[in-house]
Amino acid sequence: MHISEGILTAPVLAGGTVLTIVGTAIGLKKLDYDRIMTVSLLSATFFVASLIHVPIGPGSVHLLLGGLLGLILGWGAFPAIVVALCLQTIFFQYGGMVVLGVNGCIIAGPAVLCGLLFKSMLSGSKKKQMVAGFLAGFCSIFLSAILMACALYFADSGFLQVAGIVLASHIPIMLIEGLITMFVVTFLLKVQPEILSINN
Amino acid sequence: MIDESFSMGSTLFHKRDPKVKLIGAAAISIVLALCSSIVVAGIGVIVTAILLFLSKPAPCLLFKRFLQVNVFNLFIWITLPLTYGGGETMQFSFLNLSLDGIRMAALISLKSNGILFCFLALLATSSTANLGHGMEKLGVPRKLTFLLLFSYRQLFVIHREYQRLQRAAKLRGFTPKNSLHTYRTYSYLFGMTLVRSWNRGERVHQAMILRGFTGNLIPLDQPQPGKADYFFLFTMLFISLLLAGLSLMPLTL
Repeated sequence: MHISEGILTAPVLAGGTVLTIVGTAIGLKKLDYDRIMTVSLLSATFFVASLIHVPIGPGSVHLLLGGLLGLILGWGAFPAIVVALCLQTIFFQYGGMVVLGVNGCIIAGPAVLCGLLFKSMLSGSKKKQMVAGFLAGFCSIFLSAILMACALYFADSGFLQVAGIVLASHIPIMLIEGLITMFVVTFLLKVQPEILSINN
Repeated sequence: MIDESFSMGSTLFHKRDPKVKLIGAAAISIVLALCSSIVVAGIGVIVTAILLFLSKPAPCLLFKRFLQVNVFNLFIWITLPLTYGGGETMQFSFLNLSLDGIRMAALISLKSNGILFCFLALLATSSTANLGHGMEKLGVPRKLTFLLLFSYRQLFVIHREYQRLQRAAKLRGFTPKNSLHTYRTYSYLFGMTLVRSWNRGERVHQAMILRGFTGNLIPLDQPQPGKADYFFLFTMLFISLLLAGLSLMPLTL
């Protein structure tokens, strides 16, 4: 889920960059040096998640797990995701330097939002925890896909149908991310619950 | 899969100060990303291709990266001429192709390749560690560069950890399919990677506190930009100004 270089126009690029700078600044402000090591490890883990390909239908998709990172880190997920995207740009040239702001905003924004929204449900019953996990995974991709479609549409209204194709192609990914985030959340709550309560 | 092969080498691009390369790459990329004329984007691709050629990348790796970026461009070429709309159209057998769509697809392909070439020539020729320190010197917040450098450091460890778990799953006869069992297994594999990296993070943090870590990372190699670096920076800025100037000129395409 990256927008490549060369597609977006100046206002969209500038808007995305400003939002990402603000989000990263808030995330960094809330992050003290005691937690920075954990966040860098999770940022690296998020990068590794993007190398995991899960079969779906005849093809496969790679995991994103932004919602999970949001649940674990809250606002701290913003800089963590931006750093992971930066590493992806350096290693694989996915996305790029100029669109990093827009891509950061598309992926990290929904991740933080979902994390903050569904975090409180994790202290409920087991069923509630599973629902929280599923919704965090599902909604983060859903919102990211919508933001991506909006970025394309605002860049050039001729991209309307391409944006529609992008949105539709993310529907199976939303379901997979929802399921995987749900399973990872239940696993973490069983094995090491303190990971999910870092902000408390 | 994760490697930095482009950063090995001894061309004039590899020897330049990372700060200078960061500024140069940012300037050229921004100008290329914002230009809306096919002619300027075309000139940009030629100039950046020359830069890339001078940095002597390994041809096979270069082709791989080129393919990666252009798979997306292929999608653009398939969809835009059919869906873009606009006044003029071109009949091609039974398809009605939009000329504006074709123009847009060409512009996007040129821009994305130009920026890719610029990135590979200027940034991929430095190691991530050097780029991280360069970013800090250029005013990127210290916490952010710290996150970048440490994620980079731990990336390989975590990837190995994940591969180890994956190997163990394979040895137990796990074959990925379209089933809930597969998704659950992947989740548990990833969950376990997360638990391990979490605990590793705690241990590394404690070890660093014991060694008197105060939030400062001091690189052993602290290059100072020399005359050649300033000349390089001047050339890169000149190229970007030239491209910017050209894109302001009223060109028809």
